[in-house]
Amino acid sequence: MTKLTHLTMADALAGLAAKEFTAVELTQAHLDAMAATKELNAYIIETPDAALKQAADADARYAKGGQRALDGLPLGIKDLFCTEGVQTTAASHILDGFVPPYESTVTTQLFRDGAVMLGKLNLDEFAMGSANITSHYGPVISPWSPKDAAGNFTRKLVPGGSSGGSAAAVAARLALGATGTDTGGSIRQPASFVGIVGIKPTYGRCSRWGIVAFASSLDQAGPMTRTVKDAALMLRSMAGYDPKDSTSIDVPVPDYAAALTGDIRGLRVGIPKEYRVDGMPAEIERLWQQGIEWLKAAGATPVEISLPHTKYALPAYYIVAPAEASSNLARYDGVRFGLRVEGKDLKEMYENTRAEGFGAEVKRRIMIGTYVLSAGYYDAYYLKAQKVRARIAEDFTKAYEQCDVILTPTAPSAAFGIGEKMDDPIAMYLNDVFTVPANLAGLPGLSVPAGLSGEGLPLGLQVLGRPFDEATVLKVGHVIEQAAGPQPLPPLVS
Amino acid sequence: MAKTMAYRIAGETGEWEVVIGLEVHAQVVSNAKLFSGAATAFGAAPNSQVSFVDAGFPGMLPVINEVCVEQAVRTGLGLKAQINLRSVFDRKNYFYADLPSGYQISQFQQPIVGHGTIVLDLADGSTREVGITRLHLEMDAGKSLHDQNPTKTYIDLNRSGVALMEIVSEPDMRTPEEAAAYLRKLRTILRYLGTCDGNMEEGSMRCDINVSVRKPGAEYGTRTETKNVNSIRYVQQAIEYEAQRQVALIEDGGVVVQETRLWDPNKGETRSMRSKEDAHDYRYFPDPDLLPLDLDAAWVEEIKRSLPELPDEKKARFMADYKLPVYDAGVLVAERSRADFYEEVARGRDPKMAANFVIGDLLGALNKTGADIDSSPISAAALGGLIDLIADNTISGRIAKEVFADMLETGKPAAQIVEEKGLRQVTDTGAIDQAIAAVMAANADKVAEFRSGKDKLFGFFVGQVMKATQGKANPALVNEILAAKLKG
Amino acid sequence: MSLDKATVAKIAHLARIKVPDSDLEQLAGELSTIMTWVEMLGEVDTQGIEPMTSVVAANLRRRPDAVTDGGYPEKVVANATDATENFFSVPKVVE
Repeated sequence: MTKLTHLTMADALAGLAAKEFTAVELTQAHLDAMAATKELNAYIIETPDAALKQAADADARYAKGGQRALDGLPLGIKDLFCTEGVQTTAASHILDGFVPPYESTVTTQLFRDGAVMLGKLNLDEFAMGSANITSHYGPVISPWSPKDAAGNFTRKLVPGGSSGGSAAAVAARLALGATGTDTGGSIRQPASFVGIVGIKPTYGRCSRWGIVAFASSLDQAGPMTRTVKDAALMLRSMAGYDPKDSTSIDVPVPDYAAALTGDIRGLRVGIPKEYRVDGMPAEIERLWQQGIEWLKAAGATPVEISLPHTKYALPAYYIVAPAEASSNLARYDGVRFGLRVEGKDLKEMYENTRAEGFGAEVKRRIMIGTYVLSAGYYDAYYLKAQKVRARIAEDFTKAYEQCDVILTPTAPSAAFGIGEKMDDPIAMYLNDVFTVPANLAGLPGLSVPAGLSGEGLPLGLQVLGRPFDEATVLKVGHVIEQAAGPQPLPPLVS
Repeated sequence: MAKTMAYRIAGETGEWEVVIGLEVHAQVVSNAKLFSGAATAFGAAPNSQVSFVDAGFPGMLPVINEVCVEQAVRTGLGLKAQINLRSVFDRKNYFYADLPSGYQISQFQQPIVGHGTIVLDLADGSTREVGITRLHLEMDAGKSLHDQNPTKTYIDLNRSGVALMEIVSEPDMRTPEEAAAYLRKLRTILRYLGTCDGNMEEGSMRCDINVSVRKPGAEYGTRTETKNVNSIRYVQQAIEYEAQRQVALIEDGGVVVQETRLWDPNKGETRSMRSKEDAHDYRYFPDPDLLPLDLDAAWVEEIKRSLPELPDEKKARFMADYKLPVYDAGVLVAERSRADFYEEVARGRDPKMAANFVIGDLLGALNKTGADIDSSPISAAALGGLIDLIADNTISGRIAKEVFADMLETGKPAAQIVEEKGLRQVTDTGAIDQAIAAVMAANADKVAEFRSGKDKLFGFFVGQVMKATQGKANPALVNEILAAKLKG
Repeated sequence: MSLDKATVAKIAHLARIKVPDSDLEQLAGELSTIMTWVEMLGEVDTQGIEPMTSVVAANLRRRPDAVTDGGYPEKVVANATDATENFFSVPKVVE
C-alpha cells in the first residue's frame, strides 16, 4: 500500500471515506515525516496538538457519515496567512511573537471544509524573493538537493520562492497540499522548481483578508498540491467572495474537479513569441515545444500570439510591487505588535525597530518603493509603471481574442543552488520573468510539472487563462499532467 | 454686496493685507467608521471602539461605509458644489504614533466633491461669497495623550478610522471676522444637512488655518498652516497672532517658511510643529485595497431632492414671506431648530411679533442659562398661546412680558397665568370711564393746562390711567376715551 | 538613474529605517542598479494611456452603516510590547 504521506488528496479522501485509515493516522504520519526532515526547514512552526485535535474531529464526522469536502486532509499553511492563536511571522524578525487574534478568510474556509493544519510554512520574508533565502528563519532546502553516501548535502538547492516552504513540504510529502501566495510568481515558480502543481487564481478570486500584505494589487492566494485534481479540490475551498475584501469578486465558484474532462478539442492555445527570451536554455525551449505537441495531440490548436510588452513586465513589477510594499509595511513600527527596539524618541524607536526587524531584501524593496513614490519621482516611475501595466493587461485582452489559454514555461531555469545568483538582485528577479505578467494583469496561471532538466531537476509549464476561467486552466494543466506521465520522487523522499 | 471695512496689519513699512484659507475637518455623522464596523461614539473607554482594521493589523482590509459616502455627497450638494461621479481613495503615507498603518486613507487627486461656494453673513448684515475648493472623504487618526505619563505618550485609537470630510476653502477671506463667519456658516449648513454635529469642543469639527500676508494688491505671500484650533474664538486669535508674526518676521528681514504650526491656546501663540517635518512628501498613491468610487447620477439626484431647505433659502423666504428684516431672518435661520421653532410660533400669527418674542425674549433668556432652543422651557405652541392673548386683546404687550417671565419660570401656559393672576386686560369701557374720571378729577389743574394747549400732557394722563388699572386697561381704548374726555 | 548617498539617506529617513553611514555607499549602488534597469520603461509609448488603478473592473462595494466590530480593547493591545490600561504607549512625543 502507498505510504499515507504519498497519497494524493483525492485518494486520501477516498481512503478516509472507506475507513481504510483514520484522519488521526494520516495526520500522525505527516507529523512523523516532518519530525524526520527538519533539515529542509520547511516549517517555521509545527502545530501537532491542534492538528491531531482537528483530525479527531474529522474522524468523528466520518464516523457519522457527515464528512466535508476536505475532511481530515493534513495541509501546511504558508506563514503569511494569519491564524488565530498561532504565531504568524511572515518569516520576518519584525513580527516576533505576533499571535493574530483572527483567522484569515482562506484558512477559515479550509477549516470549514475539514482541513487539518500541520503548521506554518517557511517563506521568503514578507513573500519577497524567488529562492526562499530571505527568511528570518533560515533558507528552505529543496528535497531535490543531492546528498552523498554519508547523507550530507553535496549541493543545497533552493525550492524557489516565495512559497518555498509550501513547495518543499508538498514535494517532500510533509503535507498533502499547502497554501501559497503569488505576487509575482511565488506559487508557480517554486511549484516548477520542486515538481508540483500550483495555481495562482484570478485576482479577486480568493479573499486577501487576513493574509499579510506584500503588494495589494498583485497578491493572490492559491493551492500547491501534487496533482491538478488536488489543486482543483483545494482551490474550490479557498476561493469565493468575501465582503471583507473590497477587491474580492462576487462570482460563483465552479466545481473545478468536474472540469478535468481531458477534452480540450478545439481549444486554441496561444504561444507568445515574446517568451522566447534571449539565453533561454535549450531544455526549457524543448519542454515548451513538448507541451505544445501534447496539447495538439489532445486536439487543441496552437496559435502564435504576440504579447508585445512582455519584456517591460518585470521592471514595471519592480516599481509597482515595492511601492505598494513600502506602504503596506509601514505598519510594522514596534507600537502594536511584533518586535520593538527602543530609542531615545519615537523616531529613533521606529528607525531602530525597522532596521533590526527587516532583512536586507525587504529593506531594499521598501527603499525602492519609497523612492518611486516620493515627491518629484511619482510620475516618472510609479505612474509610468502603472501605464505600462495597463498596456500589458491590454496585450492579454487582445491575445484572448485569438486564443483561449496561453502556454509558456513557468521559469527560465530549473532550481539553482543556495548561494548562487545571490549578489545580483536583478538576476534573481529574472526568475519571475514568465510569471509576473499574469500578476500585473490579474489573470489566472498554473504551473504543472512537465519533465526534468538535464541535471534531473523538475521543470514546469505554465498555463494562463482568461479572468475567472480557472476551470479551463486546470483542464489544460490536467491534460499536460496526463501526457507527461508519472514524475519521479525527489531524491530525499522514499 | 456691502464692502466691509478693510482689515490691515500696520507694519513699519506700511499696511499689510491678511489672506486666509481654511481647511475644516468635519466628522461625518454615522454609526460606524469609514472603513470598519467599529462604533464612532465620543468618549468611550480607550481602544474599546477599535477593530483590527482601525489598528492597522496585518492582513486587515478596508470596506467603505455607504452612509459616509452619502453624507459627503449630501454635504457637497448643500455647498452647491460639483459632485464627482468618480473619485479615488489614495494613501497618504507618513509615520506617526497615532496613525497605525503608517498611512491615512484619503482622497488626493480625485475628491468626491469639487468646487462650491458658501455665503457669509457678516455682522453688518452684508454678505460675502467664499469659494470651496473641494471636499474629500478621509479617515481620522487616533489620539495621542501626552499628559498621562512623564516619559511616554499614550495612544487611543478609538477615533482612528472615523469618517471625516475635509472641506477646503479658497484663500478668499481677509479678516479674522470673515474666518469666524465662514466657520459659523459652514457649521450651520452641516447641521441643517445632518452630516456633522459641528461640535468643536468634542473635536467633531476641527480647523486648520492657512495664513499669509502681503502688501495690498501684491502677489500671495508664503503661507503657514496652523493646526489644532478648536474654537471659533481661537481661530480668530490664531489668525491675528500669525499675521502679526509674519509681518514682524518679514519686516525684520526674515522670510516666512511654509510649515505646519500648532496653536497653543494657553500661550495664545503658534509654534512650529516638529512632528510634521515630512509634511511635504506624503507619497500619495491610489489605495490598492480599494477600487475607484463610482456614483450613480440618479442616486445623487435622489439625495439632492431629499435635501432640506438650507439657511440661505430659508432666510430669503423669511424676508419675503414674513417681511422680516435681514437681521431677524439671519438670527432665526442660524439654526434649523430655531427656524422651525419660529415658524411654528409664527404660523397664523403676526410674524414680526413672533420674531420679536423668539429673538428678543426667548433667545435672550436661553442665552443667560446656556440652554438651546431644543430644551426651551417654553414650547413654540406655548409661546404662540401668549401671542394669541395679545392678538385678541386679552392682555397688553406690557403684561405679556410679565406673563412670559412667569412662563419661563413655571412652565405654565400663558392663559393659566393670566387667569390665576387676574391679568386679563380691562376692555369694559365703563371701568375705563370711571378710572379716567377719577384721574381727571384728581388732576384738574393739569386738565386745564392740557385744554389750554399743552398737548404733551396727554401721555401723563395715559400713564395715570394705566397705573390706576394696574396696567390691565386696553391701551387703545384708554387712548380713545381719554382723548374724547379731555376735549371736554 | 543613479542615486547618491544623500538621496539614499533621505529615503531611509522617509521609510524610517536606520541605515549606518558606512552602508549608504553600497546601498546607493544596489538601488542605482535597479533604478537604472527600470529605466527601460521609458521605451514604452504610454501616450493617452490611463494608469491602471485597479486590476478588478468592478464598482466599489459599500457596506451598511452598522456597528459590527470593536469592543475588545484587551485583544487590540494584547500583542503590544508596551501597553498600559488598554492604551498603546510610545516614547514621549513633542508636537
